[in-house]
Parts: sequence; C-alpha cells; structure tokens
Amino acid sequence: MLEYIKSYLGSNLTPGSAGNMLWAFVYIALIFLGLSVAVIAMNWLERKILAHMQVRLGPMRVGPHGLLQPVADALKLLLKEDIMPAEADKLVFWLAPLIVVLAAFAVFTVVPFGPTHAVTDMNIGILFMLGVSSLGVLGIVMAGWASNSHYPLIGALRSSAQMVSYEVAMGLAVVSAVLMTSMNAQGTGTLSMIGIVQAQQQQGVWFIFKFFPLGFMAMGIFAIAMVAETNRAPFDLPEAESELTAGFHTEYSGFRWSLFFLAEYSAMIAVSSIAVTLWLGGWLRPFPNLLGGPLWDLVFSLAPGLSFLALGAMAAFNTFRMPRHSFFRVQTVGLALFAVLLAMIGVLMLAPGVRERVQDIFWFCFKVAVFMYLYIWYRGTFPRYRFDQLMRVGWKVLLPAGLGVLILTAIVGVLV
Amino acid sequence: MNDPITHSLSHLDLNTKDETFLDSNELIINMGPQHPATHGVLRVILKLDGEKVLGTECVIGYLHRGVEKIAEHRTYTMFNPYVDRMDYVAAVSNGLGYCQAVETLMNVEAPPRAKYIRVILTELNRLASHQLWLGTHALDIGAITPLFYTFRDREEILKIFEKYCGARLTTHAFRIGGCLYETYDGFEREVKKFLTFVAPKIDEYEELLTTNRIWVERTRGVGYISAEDCIALGVTGPVLRASGVRWDLRKAQPYAAYSDFDFDIPIGENGDTYDRYLVRMAEMRQSLRIIQQAVDGIPEGPIMAKIPKVIKPPVGEIYHSIEAPKGELGYFIVSDGSTQPYRLRVRPPSFINLQALDQMVKGQMIADVVAVIGTLDIVLGEVDR
Repeated sequence: MLEYIKSYLGSNLTPGSAGNMLWAFVYIALIFLGLSVAVIAMNWLERKILAHMQVRLGPMRVGPHGLLQPVADALKLLLKEDIMPAEADKLVFWLAPLIVVLAAFAVFTVVPFGPTHAVTDMNIGILFMLGVSSLGVLGIVMAGWASNSHYPLIGALRSSAQMVSYEVAMGLAVVSAVLMTSMNAQGTGTLSMIGIVQAQQQQGVWFIFKFFPLGFMAMGIFAIAMVAETNRAPFDLPEAESELTAGFHTEYSGFRWSLFFLAEYSAMIAVSSIAVTLWLGGWLRPFPNLLGGPLWDLVFSLAPGLSFLALGAMAAFNTFRMPRHSFFRVQTVGLALFAVLLAMIGVLMLAPGVRERVQDIFWFCFKVAVFMYLYIWYRGTFPRYRFDQLMRVGWKVLLPAGLGVLILTAIVGVLV
Repeated sequence: MNDPITHSLSHLDLNTKDETFLDSNELIINMGPQHPATHGVLRVILKLDGEKVLGTECVIGYLHRGVEKIAEHRTYTMFNPYVDRMDYVAAVSNGLGYCQAVETLMNVEAPPRAKYIRVILTELNRLASHQLWLGTHALDIGAITPLFYTFRDREEILKIFEKYCGARLTTHAFRIGGCLYETYDGFEREVKKFLTFVAPKIDEYEELLTTNRIWVERTRGVGYISAEDCIALGVTGPVLRASGVRWDLRKAQPYAAYSDFDFDIPIGENGDTYDRYLVRMAEMRQSLRIIQQAVDGIPEGPIMAKIPKVIKPPVGEIYHSIEAPKGELGYFIVSDGSTQPYRLRVRPPSFINLQALDQMVKGQMIADVVAVIGTLDIVLGEVDR
C-alpha cells in the first residue's frame, strides 16, 4: 500500500492522464473538500475584511472572532424550511441550483494546482473550463424562469445578457494568452492548463509580463470580465439587492439557496484559477529569474510553512488579547487550539519532503487568494453599474480592447 | 388584476393581449412596500419595457398615523412631541418649525440665546439628515461602504443630542417660547470638537464617491428635473437648488437667528442626481460654517420667553415654514382661541418632492428608480404622517 502511494507520488503525470481512476477519485474528493473549506473560509474572510473596511467588527459572537459563523450559517441554511413557490415550475426550480453547482465544480477537474496536482490534464483544458463555467448561466436562467416571479425573471435576464457579453471579451483575452504559449522553437501552442504553465516556465516569464504591456492588458481585460462573469460587485446587477431584492434567487431559500451561494464562490475561485494559470504562472513560485539558485529555492519552499506559522502566531496573539473573563473561556481555548492547529500545519509543511510537494499548491492558492481579496475590495469600494453601462463596458470597451490586444500579440509574436 | 390601485391605471392598458408569438405586453412590477431601497414603506408600481421604465405610480399611506388629526385633540404643548415622529431623521427641524409657528401665532419671540441654541441643534440635525441620506443613497446605488462611514459620524451628533435633551432621534428639543434645557457644561467645546472632527470626514465621503467613475456615470444625467418643473410641482430644498434656483428659506425669509450668520446657498446647474449630490455635500459644509459662527457668537441670557402656562393663541391662522433638510417644511395652524388647534396642516417636503418621482424616472432604467428615490431624500414618516 505504502509502496503504491509512494510510486504514485513519484510519477509525473496527473491521475487522469495516467489513467488511474482511484487517484482521480481521491483528487476529486480532495478538491471537493478543499473547495468547500475554501468557500467557508471565504465567507468568513469576506465578512471580516469588508467589516474592517467599513469600520465595524463583523461577526464576533459565534466562536472566537466569529470563526464558527460560517458553520452556524450553514447549519441554519440546512435546517430551514424548504420552500418551493406554489406557482413555480417544480422540476426546473429543482434542477436549476444543481446545474449551477455542477457547472461551478466541474471546471475544477482541469485546474492545475501543481505539475501533477490536477484531476486530469486535458489537451483542451482552457476551452473546457470556459465552456463548462458558462453553463452556469443556464442554471441561473432556469432559476429565474422557474420562480415564476418578476424580480427573479429580471435578474435572470440581466444575468444571461451580462454573462454572454462578457464571455466574448474573456475569450479574446484568453486567446492572446494561448498565443503566447506558442512562442517556442517548434511554434506549438497548447490549450492544456498544465501546458500553459509549463510554457511560462520554459519561456522564463509569466505571461502578465510578456510583451509588456500586452500581457498585462490581456489580464486586465480578463480580470474585469471575470468579475462580471461571476456577478460580483460592481457588476452584481443580477442580484442587485437595492433594485431586485435578491435577483434570480429571490424565491430560493434554505439548502437550495446555499447551493447558489456555494456555486457563486466556487465560480469566483474557478475564474481566478484561470487568470492565475494563464498570466500569473500558475503554481510557479515568484521571482524564478531574479532570485534563482538552490538557496532561493529553499527559501521559497519554506514560505508555505512559514505563512501558516505566521497565521498561527496571529491566532496566538489574539488568544492573549481575549478578555480575561469566564464568559470567554471556551472561546479563548478554541482560539488557542486553532493557533496550535495552524502552527502544526505550518511545522508539517516545513518538513523536508513535504515542503517540496506542497509549495506548488501553496503558490497557486496564494495567487488565487489575492484575486479573492480583490473581489472583496471591489465590493467595498465600487457602486454598481447600470445595465446599459454594463453592456457598454462589455461591448464597446472590453471587446475592442481584447481584439486589439489579440491582434497586437499576434503581430508582436510573429515579429519577435 | 383585482388590485384596485393597479386597476386604476387604465392608461396602462393591460387587457389587450399581444397577438404576436411573444407576449410583449409591458411588465408591471410592484416595488415595495417591503423593498430594501424604498426607504421605508413606499410602494411604487412600475411599468417596464424590459429594463426601461415607462411609468410609475406611488402608493403611499402605509405609515399613516393621522398626525394632523391628532393635533386637533391635543393642546399645543402636548402636540409638540408628535411632530418629531414625522421626519424622524430630522426631528429637531420639525420641532423648530412647529414651535416657531405657534410662537408667531401667539406673537412671542424666543430670546436670542434660545435662537442660537436652536440654530446649532437644527444645523447639526441637517448634517445628520444629510449623512443618513448620503449613506442610504450610496447604498442604493451599490456603494455599501459610505453608509458605515456616515453612520459612524452621525453617531457623534446623536451623542450631542442625547447629552442635550436625553433623546437621540425623536429629540423634542425645543418648547414653544424657547428651549426647555440650558446647554450642558462643555456643550460649546464638544460642538467645536465635533466640527473639527467631521470636516475631514466629509472629504472622506467625497473621496469615495465624487470622482468615482461608476458613481458619476450612475448619477450624472439621471433623474433630471428642470427648474420650471420643480417650481410647478412645488419641489423644494436641495432638489430645487440643484436645478439652479437659489431658494433657501434661511436666506429668503430668515427665521431663528439665521440672519446673523454668513453662509452661502450652494446651487447646481443640471438638476440631475449628481448635482443634487454635490449640493447636499456643499450644504453639509455650509452647515458647519453656520454652527461654527453660532457657537462662537452664542449670547448669554434667558432661554425661555415669557409665555403663559396654558397656551391659548388668539383666534387666527398662521402659515410658517422653515428650511428643513429635505425642503420647505410648513405648518398651517388655525386657532379658534382654545388650547387646541382647530386645524393643523403640515406641508411636508418629502411628500411634495415625491410627486416629482414619476417625471424624473420616466424613460430611465429600473436602477435609476432607486437612485431617484434616494436622491429625493424622502422619509415615509413625513410622506404619510
């Protein structure tokens, strides 16, 4: 058994490409678990970060610093009465959240967390991701239609129009990154997610810095389009609270609603993963050119462990800042245990053998986390676009810009 | 379609079916009375063509408490606290208007010190009202952060109110004939401290919004109303001034101690939501100027005029209006010489400004409806009374 695991870990193929079903399932289970944890963590972080931007504390009651708030929310949602409007189209109403969630989760089969850390390496990976992630809009339209109510209908219409228009600009930006992968001796590009990152490794440059500022502009276009694609502020028109109460999921409650929530956050993580893979070097560590050599490799491989230790230290620091009162005893102990847990993960990640394997995953998740922070930051800063302005930005600004960047990239690529 | 109100919109012509394959009849949706952006219990029936608004109908009265009728069964003194419940975010202004109306009816005048205290508190209340407007207006347009900034700073004003008269929202700060309470120890110091505290905060709100591209796009050209239409509809306050009419009762018919102070009337040019925003932001700064002058020049002396224990104004009628944060707030009181008003009628700025809603949103998008409701700065307690 141990031999088997070791032999697998030694291989340099993804389980899907190696045809190893068992490991593929293990990966799927791990990704599903990790994604759920990420969504829970994101829920807490969004509330906390937004709260601190808005001079308030955010959740503080459930668990130390509200750490258990997402758990409490999840419990509440699961225990809520499952309401299906009498006038709703039952089957479609039931199906819509499932489609949204499926689309959001299915894209993670090709997300490369490391050179071998992906469920499979599809040769059309990026196409698959774009295709499947845009299926989510089907679920949203279905949800809006099946609710048989005006606000969800308007929300669904807005959402479909928005997602379809921004996909065009998004696609163009992606193509310009794919073009860059063909800048090698053979002139062979790739659509494989792993291949794209490896191309960046071989060319020794992240595509964001390639043909500066073309790569940067392409990523900028993608970064704007992806916010619109995931219906987040300032493009959150489909669920504009002040206009449409809750948009397409107004009539949903309890578990079904939580599926939409889950899908929204997984979609955010998914599109951020695309951006990270295409432009930010995926799992590659920062500064491979400037700070090369075995010594720097060692230093950077310590980063995952050290950052968990730092998180642990933060939790420990806050443990000492907890009020000295019997009322807070359970919370203080809980926070201390959390600090110990983080520190233990940190120590584990510092161990030789482990640190080489986890650093890919760490850097990938770190870069995705930066995008997640940006999402929260946008939400705290920007007002909401109006529908016509949103369409104008999509068709009249992003689309021409995307086309221009694509053409310039092609020209520069031929000339270089 | 059995809803009598919806049915009364005969011009909407809902009964003719479209003969084409797609039933392209206009969509009628009901916004409110439970809706996050209608600032209370306003119900707006929207007739939509896709995202475009073809017409609106406001349904009000969900918060009707019969304040004017109550007045006929209360003595002048007893009715005073009721006016706080109309525009509950600017209760001090409401009280000022009522007290001054009764004072004019009785032909008494509050002593100078009382007038200064009234000006300070009323202007603080104007600031608080505008802060609340800014926060909720920005929230409607999707910027969630300014709300918390404005509420944080509004809190300081409410603290001053609380220290002065014990209440934070429905203050009942003034009495007929002057003020009941002398200022507390350190009142002037605290108000001055507040002024230096809040001036940079107003810049902070502006930093988030004034030059924000999305904010400008969402507000410029939205909810346009011309000066002529404003006057025809009786719209007053910042909405009127943003359309370019320099009309402010504090200057036009100075009451309390306003003639003593040096301040400007900010006006706009375009009459759109962005100009109304700028006008209100400028008004906040002007309020600070007035408060500064009032605190510096506050005279010593009594705070209550000589008025009888039982208030019995002579037979007659009076219309007295003040510049409330939302516009002209007028009180029309008919006295039959008894201790109770024979009839009391309030001219609420919110109610009359709301009439402009239909004209302002016609032909615009759904998202603009909430922007315009926000920019009109209505309080349903005052609309319905």
